[in-house]
Amino acid sequence: MPRVLLIEDDPSVREGVELGLRRRGHEVLAAGTGEAGLASLKSFHPDLVLLDLMLPGMNGVQVCRKVRETSQLPIIMLTARGDDFDVVIGLEAGADDYIVKPARTEVIEARIRAVLRRLADPVTRSGPEFHGELALDRAGLTAARNGERLALAPSELKLLLHLAASPEQVFSRQQLLESVWEHSYHGDARLVDACVRRLRQKLGDTAGPDGAPRYIQTVRGFGYRFGPL
Amino acid sequence: MRFPRRRALRPGLRTRLIAAFLLVAAISAVTTAALTYQSARSAILKQAQDQAIEQFREQIGTEYFALPTSTAALQNACRTLARAGKPHPWFVFAEYGTLRASSTNRPTSTVITDELRRRTHANAHGSFQRVIQDGTPYLTIGMPVMFDSFTDQRSGVYLYAVMDLTTEGVTIQAMVTAAKNGALPALAIAVVPALLAARSVLRPVRDLRRAASSMGKGRLDTRIEVKGSDELADLAWTFNESAEELERSVEELQKAEARARRFASDVSHELRTPLAGMLAVTEVLDEDADGLDPDTARAVRLISAETGKLATLVEDLMEISRFDAKAAELNADEVDVGETIRKTLQRRHWQDRVITQLPDGVRAMIDPRRFDIVVANLVGNALRHGSEPVTVRLRPGAGDGPLVVEVADRGPGIDAAVLPHIFDRFFKADAARTRSAGSGLGLAITLENVRLHGGTVRAANGPEGGAVFTVELPAGVLGDAPVEAAR
Repeated sequence: MPRVLLIEDDPSVREGVELGLRRRGHEVLAAGTGEAGLASLKSFHPDLVLLDLMLPGMNGVQVCRKVRETSQLPIIMLTARGDDFDVVIGLEAGADDYIVKPARTEVIEARIRAVLRRLADPVTRSGPEFHGELALDRAGLTAARNGERLALAPSELKLLLHLAASPEQVFSRQQLLESVWEHSYHGDARLVDACVRRLRQKLGDTAGPDGAPRYIQTVRGFGYRFGPL
Repeated sequence: MRFPRRRALRPGLRTRLIAAFLLVAAISAVTTAALTYQSARSAILKQAQDQAIEQFREQIGTEYFALPTSTAALQNACRTLARAGKPHPWFVFAEYGTLRASSTNRPTSTVITDELRRRTHANAHGSFQRVIQDGTPYLTIGMPVMFDSFTDQRSGVYLYAVMDLTTEGVTIQAMVTAAKNGALPALAIAVVPALLAARSVLRPVRDLRRAASSMGKGRLDTRIEVKGSDELADLAWTFNESAEELERSVEELQKAEARARRFASDVSHELRTPLAGMLAVTEVLDEDADGLDPDTARAVRLISAETGKLATLVEDLMEISRFDAKAAELNADEVDVGETIRKTLQRRHWQDRVITQLPDGVRAMIDPRRFDIVVANLVGNALRHGSEPVTVRLRPGAGDGPLVVEVADRGPGIDAAVLPHIFDRFFKADAARTRSAGSGLGLAITLENVRLHGGTVRAANGPEGGAVFTVELPAGVLGDAPVEAAR
């Protein structure tokens, strides 16, 4: 069962979520502040971080950035609906997904599973595949550009692999939400947009003839596609 | 509320002002001209006749009449007198008993009336009369010839002078023409002050109208510049006072409303945190309830179920608060509308309970999350309060027209008295049923979500019974989307 680091300042939410997840067999470490959470990263070795956005002192977005400096640990933000602006900033900072509070434990757990599952996607092909300067290894779950390994967060890697599996096919943002994030069709498309932006940045994907992205291309009104290179 | 404009029926203020001005100018011009004409005419005529009478009398005084006389002698005298008629030539007629003589070919004149004769016979100093014959004005003077100027002894000779007044008539006519010619330019010139006056009156009126219309559009800080101290300035001042008062009251109302909304929003926010903790553990309660004694188990299940409802209610309240605070954002995306509706039904496992007519390829710019709420609320409502089959129909807009989503059920329909309130918050169609599965905010949230899309939603009863909810959304799609892909 996954090890979850929960960073949440409100005692009742912290206790409730911890209790709920523990009942379902997760190993949970709960921290009351961002600082305490970051401090326990090394000793606890979590598989995933559940991060409240509104924290006293160091806020959730800052914690998220701090974690991303050193690792591509899956991060799910806990937010209250209406903190829309913070959601976008949190996603830009590198969070993989978010959950709106209040939420039932089953919802939280389903989201945790979804984020972790994408790393264990069944592999149909073996050996790395090459797309221009990119080398994708579906078995090893790595991506490299010009032989240099890229540090991709789980959602970014999954999105890249998903798009690259069907080059030149256009996926709507709703389709991507369903297949990459396992959200409903009506989920928040900003998840996709933020992830694409992060991914393009990491791929250095502004090398097209007119400065437009080469790998992950926008099809206005419809969504995104990989290539044509 | 709008009143029909009266402009078409009555001439404008400007027209009426100018008309009044011109009327006044015309009346004064005509009156002045008439009076001037009247006095000038009589002055001219009087001068002419006084001069003529005086001259005639003088001439007669110098003429010697030997009595008894003959026609030839009289005629001679007449001719002499006629020659002396200057500057006006006159014809002279003489009567003595039955003798008639004149300076002309005819012995008598038709212009000399019996009336003049009678007055000449009666008055020693002579008489005159103005006669118009065949359109020509004549002055006729009658004068008895005395034996001498000291006694009033009449000689029996009566002399008459007939003078043509055409020259005077022409002079008078020239005056009339001059008055006429003067009046028209005067009227034309009067238009200028009329326009100026109309402008000076109309400008404040126009300012007032503009200000009133601007207030009507919600700009309550509209004020009018107060100029001068006339009635219009008073009006402007009163307007400003009223506007200020109105602005103040509206501001207070808005503040009060904002406070109320903020309170609702704050309460929901505060409720949310404890709810988040409670909701996370409801499953623990549900799972363990079986092992508890029956009463405790019921209590625990009740708490669990109500926590879920409370969470829904608080979420809905938060959503409404965001609409009230205008903080609700539309994250629109171009999507396949039919597909979006299908996914909504699938997600809630309604696809077997709902008949759908969803054509493919209907694309629109909508917020999928909000559209999901709209469809889910309407279909959920139909399934709860109406009866199956529930039908969801999608019709693409014709041309630039809106696309239409219709949710119909086969239930008893909606009471006509209830229809206008169906989208009100916490409105319950059935007063006896105080609680239902929904929060009581579902349709209100639906309405707000549709409005946020720039669309409309209305409720009605179908022709075959049952309630019909119709959503119309503007079918805006990205202009440069590839056409072939959209098909």
